[in-house]
Amino acid sequence: MHNYEQKEAVRIGFYICHCGHNIASIVDVKAVAEYVKSLPGVVVSCEYKYMCSDPGQELIQKDIHEHSLNRIIVASCSPLLHEHTFRTAVEKGGLNPYYFQMVNIREDVSWVHTDAKAATEKSKDLARAAVQRVFHHKALETKHVKIHPDVLIVGGGIAGIHAALTLANSGKKVFLVERQPTIGGHMAMFDKTFPTLDCAACILTPKMSQVKNHPNITLWTYSEVTKVDGYVGNYKITIKRKPRYINEELCVGCMDCIEKCVYKEGKTPDEFNVGLSKRKPVYIPFPQATPQIVLIDPEACIEFKSGRCKKTCVEACDRKAIDFNQKEEMKEIEVGTIILATGYHTFDAKRVPFYGYGKYPNVYTSLEVERLVNASGPTGGELILRDGRHPKTVGIIHCVGSRDKNTNRWCSRTCCMYSLKLAHLLKEHTEAEVYNFYIDIRAAGKSYEEFYDKLLDENVHFIRGRVAEVSDWAVRSSEEGKLIIRAEDTMIGIVRRIPVDMVVLAVGMEPQSDSQDVRRLFNISCSTEGFFLERHPKLAPVDTFTDGIFIAGACQGPKDIPDSVAQAGAAAAQALTLIDTGEIELEPNTAFVVQDDCSGCRTCLTICPYNAISRDEAKQKAFINEALCKGCGTCVAACPSGAIKQNLFEDEMIFSEINGLLENTPVVCC
Amino acid sequence: MKYLSYPGCSLRSTGRAYEESIVAVFKALEIEYEELKDWNCCGATSYVSIDETDAFALAARNLALAELQVAEGTINLIAPCSACYLVLSKTERYLEDYPDVRTNVNAKLDKAGLHYNGRVEVRHPLDVLVNDYGLEKISKRVKYPLKGLKVASYYGCQVVRPFAKFDHSHYPVTMDKLVQALGAEPVDWPLKTRCCGGSLTGTTQEAGLRLNRLLLKEAQKRGADIMLTCCPLCQHNLECYQERINRIYQEEIDIPVAYFTQLIGVALGLSEKELGMQRLFKKPSLEKFMHPKGEMAHA
Ligand SMILES: Cc1cc2nc3c(=O)[nH]c(=O)nc-3n(C[C@H](O)[C@H](O)[C@H](O)COP(=O)(O)OP(=O)(O)OC[C@H]3O[C@@H](n4cnc5c(N)ncnc54)[C@H](O)[C@@H]3O)c2cc1C
Ligand code: SF4
Ligand code: SF4
Repeated sequence: MHNYEQKEAVRIGFYICHCGHNIASIVDVKAVAEYVKSLPGVVVSCEYKYMCSDPGQELIQKDIHEHSLNRIIVASCSPLLHEHTFRTAVEKGGLNPYYFQMVNIREDVSWVHTDAKAATEKSKDLARAAVQRVFHHKALETKHVKIHPDVLIVGGGIAGIHAALTLANSGKKVFLVERQPTIGGHMAMFDKTFPTLDCAACILTPKMSQVKNHPNITLWTYSEVTKVDGYVGNYKITIKRKPRYINEELCVGCMDCIEKCVYKEGKTPDEFNVGLSKRKPVYIPFPQATPQIVLIDPEACIEFKSGRCKKTCVEACDRKAIDFNQKEEMKEIEVGTIILATGYHTFDAKRVPFYGYGKYPNVYTSLEVERLVNASGPTGGELILRDGRHPKTVGIIHCVGSRDKNTNRWCSRTCCMYSLKLAHLLKEHTEAEVYNFYIDIRAAGKSYEEFYDKLLDENVHFIRGRVAEVSDWAVRSSEEGKLIIRAEDTMIGIVRRIPVDMVVLAVGMEPQSDSQDVRRLFNISCSTEGFFLERHPKLAPVDTFTDGIFIAGACQGPKDIPDSVAQAGAAAAQALTLIDTGEIELEPNTAFVVQDDCSGCRTCLTICPYNAISRDEAKQKAFINEALCKGCGTCVAACPSGAIKQNLFEDEMIFSEINGLLENTPVVCC
Repeated sequence: MKYLSYPGCSLRSTGRAYEESIVAVFKALEIEYEELKDWNCCGATSYVSIDETDAFALAARNLALAELQVAEGTINLIAPCSACYLVLSKTERYLEDYPDVRTNVNAKLDKAGLHYNGRVEVRHPLDVLVNDYGLEKISKRVKYPLKGLKVASYYGCQVVRPFAKFDHSHYPVTMDKLVQALGAEPVDWPLKTRCCGGSLTGTTQEAGLRLNRLLLKEAQKRGADIMLTCCPLCQHNLECYQERINRIYQEEIDIPVAYFTQLIGVALGLSEKELGMQRLFKKPSLEKFMHPKGEMAHA
């Protein structure tokens, strides 16, 4: 690329756009163009209906040649929209693209003002600021970095699984890291899925085994990412593999060891059954767990606690797979792109004490009921309550930890639908009377409203009203021994007391409890409630503000399986786009350290939100990695020696812009 | 920390035992306080619904007097009766949050040569004892741990609602923790903050007793030996109508109802007289927790 010298005189071309009526109906564009003509350095100043159109761009290129322009300003819409368009046009005209400046007179002026005269004056001020600024612009070089073709996926729920298979099927190498001993996420715990009521295992387990067997996928379960270095295209990842105390190469998942363990009965709450059953120290989360490998829980295993177990498991294992000395292992990999699919966490029902979870044994969370109705669950699918009874009446309370100012304000989107599903399954399993207490039924999705209709036909009761309390205090003798749900029935305007045998709390979806740690590790952002933040809520829903890192599934916000899968596909496609392009262009608006001025004080190192600054210990100077720098300017402002500058935002540029802006402002003295 | 106390009218009439036990317990724990000089009726909860500004002015007079009495800093004004606590807290909050209310009320106070500047924080003795003084210190002072005594703590509907200043508004635990610190066993029950009937027992008695009955029945059902209250009206309602309730609803309710400060006093070894125990209609059988010889300590 040329290195344009600045010596020559500045010759500015200024173009103001009508944007149809968007700008021209408020801003007197002719007057602005006329005014700018009078400013020093301006050679060409004109207006045009649509500057972003081909003729608009060609106009600029033609003028560059005819008038030997060396600075271009376009006053139009937001740079987010068309800065790239105009920079490209300028480059095609033979100028370095960074000799270009954009003035936003649409979002910042015409769309937000109604006073045409004032709007025109404001446009003139903004134009003048740009004119003064471009005097100081320099030619900059765009950098390119290569994209490593391998992909890291974190989280092996349905979203992570789908993204992994999509990428692997298109020939890319994928590392799938899951922190639990098996992949599958929440979906693996369900019996059936709404609205089609197809069996969750039947549609999920084939995908799980495809992941396990795919030649392009390296699956690391019981593992976590501990370190992320590098930048888009060139990430270096460190992964911790927790010891299972089982040699994965040797174990075939026959489960003989579990059978022969010295514990005849399990003693540890089974995580997969959300504590509804007990497991042994050597266990497998569920029969179709992937990988089909057992593991030993050192917290529960006698050998770990006392070193004096008979180790009947070791005797039982023909394959000699058990290894009490296995150590934690660290793996280092290089990837170009990352997809985070770390899912969600269900709301802790104890946070709403008046619903009695943890106090009344027959109050359950929805996730527990998913296990209870599951044929491979703790009761083999038979609905037996904690007190041994079969329920004759069940109340399902919607929006527990959702749409509630005291806990979480958002709608969790899936609970209305899964509550309908559970109502159906509970009726099917027990023939009980089922009451749903809801605020609104949110059944927005393909075939969802129809599913709701079906439930109405199945004679499930629906009571519209937020439940005030679940308790066991009885007013009438018929209520003694029951759980009483008190709620206002807003359809008929009375407070009702419904005695039931079982209460199901439709707990909402929350960010994972460690989502802030994960966010920091991968240098992405979270929205206020803690879900990972997408780059744009509509137009870039799976991108993050960190290049090369994508998000999919419920880690981005509450969503159901169809939406999680759709996002996973989208995230895979975004990663593929980068990989197949092979390289990525970096914005040159990065900061750099003027080495002679740096005192090595380290101030900038700690404050850079992107960890882009390191210190050369030999030279005792700070150094900024251009590929990591996002051009936020924090270090520039913080450096006590004024040693950090930022391309496109050097002091002279900013000060002259301010000067230009304020030049016509009357000075008020006090 | 310096405290001012606002006894309110009820502590000088039906709620005398409450005041006596507060005085005794504060003395035993060496918590210093002064009575607010020249205090007046808080207006109770009903006045606000008649004339808001007058009602706020009436209550705010007490706040302004507190500022006269204590020259600087934040003043912790202790209001033991739930209604006083609520009315004074509400006045404090409204004067803080709404400039127009503050202006109107101060205009009225001006006529009496008073002004309120916002330095008062209204506190409940339960809050002061548990959160300022501290449970650990209380349990260290316990001479007669109330081992085996099952206690249903009843907070009533006013101390934690609508201003949940020191505890959860639906499921408070402050008194239960205190009970534990005294060596007794809190009974977990769901009606801790449900209305006792308030003044309905005197006006629309049927409605009042219906509410009252639920509290008593459920506390007893869960094995409580005694119910504790922190409000003179609640205490009165729960204690005085048990026989009538038994007659109307065919219940078998028989449970003593004491002030939480009385129970603290018993555990600290204070005398029956100091704690106003003789004023209770239903005397709790606490002898076994008292002096080893079966007498009240110091009696
Ligand atoms: C009770 C209930 C019933 C439901 N029923 C249905 C239904 O019938 N139909 C439907 O469409 N939707 C249903 N849903 C919603 C459904 O669960 C979600 O849409 C779906 O599970 C989201 O998938 P996911 O992969 O994004 O997240 P998850 O299923 O949560 O998977 C995330 C995975 O990432 C792993 N992970 C998390 N953090 C890390 C980390 N730091 N490192 C490594 N791994 C990590 C987790 O261990 C987990 O395996 C239901 C939800 C609930 C609560
Ligand atoms: S460790 Fe051995 S016995 Fe246990 S499941 Fe694996 S192969 Fe079977
Ligand atoms: S999906 Fe339904 S139950 Fe869940 S939060 Fe939204 S409205 Fe409430």
